[in-house]
Amino acid sequence: MDGVADMGGAPGWGSVHPPRQDEPVFSEPWEGRAFALAILSNRASGGNLDSFRHALERLDRAHYIDDGYYGRWLNAGELRLLDSAVLAAGAVDARARNLRGEHVEEPPVPEPAKPDYAPTAEGTLRCLDTAPAFVVGERVRARDMSPAGHTRLPRYVRGRVGVVDVIQPAGVLPDSNAHFLGENPQYVYSVRFDSHDLWGADAEPFELTVDMFESYLETPS
Amino acid sequence: MTTTAGSAERLPPALRTEALEQLLTERGLIDPKAMNGLITTYETNIGPLNGAKVVARAWTDPEYRRRLLDDGTAAIKELGFGGFQGEHIVVVGNTATTHHVVVCTLCSCYPWPVLGLPPSWYKDPAYRARVVKEPRAVLSEMGLELADDVRITVHDSTSEVRWLVLPEQPPGTEHLTEEELVPLVTRDAMVGVAKVAAP
Repeated sequence: MDGVADMGGAPGWGSVHPPRQDEPVFSEPWEGRAFALAILSNRASGGNLDSFRHALERLDRAHYIDDGYYGRWLNAGELRLLDSAVLAAGAVDARARNLRGEHVEEPPVPEPAKPDYAPTAEGTLRCLDTAPAFVVGERVRARDMSPAGHTRLPRYVRGRVGVVDVIQPAGVLPDSNAHFLGENPQYVYSVRFDSHDLWGADAEPFELTVDMFESYLETPS
Repeated sequence: MTTTAGSAERLPPALRTEALEQLLTERGLIDPKAMNGLITTYETNIGPLNGAKVVARAWTDPEYRRRLLDDGTAAIKELGFGGFQGEHIVVVGNTATTHHVVVCTLCSCYPWPVLGLPPSWYKDPAYRARVVKEPRAVLSEMGLELADDVRITVHDSTSEVRWLVLPEQPPGTEHLTEEELVPLVTRDAMVGVAKVAAP
């Protein structure tokens, strides 16, 4: 899905911030609680890692950017709970207002509709008894696709040709797993691109690898 | 007065966090003890010190270094680190002429078991957007000037592969022990936006 989360190469973000050595893990206590809540509420909603990332990907700019990193985790966790009808729309907002002294009627607890989902094994790595479709050193093109649902194929490499650098272990395909449509495990390829093939003749000279699932790749014509 | 989710005023995330925690706790959907456990784990137990131990071992034990670059996950597991967000870790070694730097342009994927939760600069849109397009300029803004003949490779961590940079050992530290080297290794060097300095 093409959303604000897919940032590679996007203009307009300004200067980077030099690292601060004394930076705490959580700059305010609520950030730690939002972090833990996001993980636990994703579980409570029957989700998985990919559905959580897809929730992040679906947030609008305000919910993704303005609330900061842990704010976006909180918002994605809440969105997953709404998806699974564990929470009613407006429930968090109403409770928050009551916490600060307003008198707001809270919506009734809905009938949960969690996805029917069970992983076939722990984690995201899977063993395949088929051989990888591409070999190390082979030229491959990232498909020029813009799926409506979740994907881990960044926009800036779509349609670009690179070379298979490393064949990584197979893993659960996020594009289907995020929607509870099956794990569809595939080999992952670290594909090496030349900066000039991505950004043109005037680009800084460097190389870049992107980890891509097999179905993201095709043989260039 | 009844308020709906679409009301114009956006409430601060700190207040909404408290509200969500209360709602889920009341219904028994989360356990505050489990929440506290997660927070404590990442505030105190899992952090860049783990990765620093891996690097210092690699600097002092050539056989370990070979294993680490060959199969990072297994070599890191030898020191007791692995698990969530570190199921498959690939280690790339920096040299005088090769420099690796890591990013996740889609979110902020990061090898939690060895580095902990990512720092703010790693999650910053400017870093995520720009380091895949102009890494030399970005590294310079972050305080790392690389010579013109250094080849840069950027690794965009878009799947569950987690990348860890094995920094160069600073010259003049060859006589130090593994324990003495550990405190020199920084999180930033293990992502590739800094070098390790001699003491």
